[in-house]
Amino acid sequence: MSRIHDMGGRLGTGPVDPQDGYAFGEAKDWHKRALALNVACGFLGQWNIDASRHARELLDPKDYMSFSYYEKWMGGLADLMVEHGVVTGEELASGQAAGVSPIAEKAAKPEMVEAVLMNGSPYTREADAPKFTVGTKVKTRRITRNVAVPDGHTRLPAYAAGAVGEVVLQHGAHVFPDSNAHFKGEAAEPLYAVQFSAQELWGGEADPRDEVVLDLWQSYLEPAQ
Amino acid sequence: MPHDHDHPHSHLPSDPALRVKALETLLTDKGLVDPTALDEIIDLYQNKIGPQNGARVVAKMWSDPAFHKMMLNDPMSTLQDMGLYGRQGEHIVFVENSNDVHNMVVCTLCSCYPWPLLGIPPGWYKSDAYRARSVREPRAVLAEFGVALPEGKKVRVWDSTAEVRYLVVPQRPAGTEGFSQEALAALVTRDSMIGTALAQEPRA
Repeated sequence: MSRIHDMGGRLGTGPVDPQDGYAFGEAKDWHKRALALNVACGFLGQWNIDASRHARELLDPKDYMSFSYYEKWMGGLADLMVEHGVVTGEELASGQAAGVSPIAEKAAKPEMVEAVLMNGSPYTREADAPKFTVGTKVKTRRITRNVAVPDGHTRLPAYAAGAVGEVVLQHGAHVFPDSNAHFKGEAAEPLYAVQFSAQELWGGEADPRDEVVLDLWQSYLEPAQ
Repeated sequence: MPHDHDHPHSHLPSDPALRVKALETLLTDKGLVDPTALDEIIDLYQNKIGPQNGARVVAKMWSDPAFHKMMLNDPMSTLQDMGLYGRQGEHIVFVENSNDVHNMVVCTLCSCYPWPLLGIPPGWYKSDAYRARSVREPRAVLAEFGVALPEGKKVRVWDSTAEVRYLVVPQRPAGTEGFSQEALAALVTRDSMIGTALAQEPRA
């Protein structure tokens, strides 16, 4: 099994509520501040996007299910801050800063925010040529897990573990989250869009016409017959 | 690795609005956050980046065959030139609906979404229900959005598990021949670019 964030296929969640669809401009003020705080703290350069996803995944399952979306972000952010020594647990508990941070000069400045965010942060890298081509039949790892870090971050959802699909797109080589989330280097690998028939994933309950496509790194895959 | 039941975040106030305020105040006092930079980030995603950006691209794809081909094959440099590039949108793939296929996008593991083209995702996109069910019973989810597909059309669901972001190109509605790109863009809703809606029909 995987952690609680791995939601694909889970039963019992109830219907989707299309009415919960207001634009960001109409969000509660604290939602906006929570999003902005998370984005701004990324400027400090103490972690990466994979580590911040993993921090949210490490929330206690009881918290994960009871927290609203931005509460998960705040929980993950506070945990990362302490883990990386940016703030101490005592500072969080008391709300009192024990002095100005030695990395304060990295803080996001209002005049640079738009340029930095619009500049993006591409994840493609030079790496070995891809082993698979479009049309190759591949089988995903079973079970899903990070093979280098016990209980570590990975991006193969449990519902697609051990399934046979077909490569439909080559995306080039991308930073490998299983390594990058744990600060073990970017370790870029070829990334593919792999298409599965819905029945391969869900059995006879699925519509035989339907398909699901996932982006999967090369080391999640082996050739299939 | 912190123990699962002793997370540092549990030191923060339990009310979420107070929790955010407490963290912002602490980080401001430590010089790690400038509140006016937070205001800028909010302004950017509230006023400058949103689904109107994606709608402009789709309307141009409907109108301009060379642009359409470029977006399907190699969109990034053109999107950069149009100022439609940035965080959470460095690698965009357009997936086009047809008479045979209806595309739908989800992120089952978190909430990946093409920010530069659609802005910040709506609540339902981040909900447990959408993340859980759209890969398993997409037609039931579509029905909850009031979408019924014609008999025989296949549903292809894209689960955004990497930094590639998918944008659905809905089918151009009938009766829009000769429409300006601006008039077309008004028919391209956010949900039609996620795949939980069709483009709007023009008013008779």
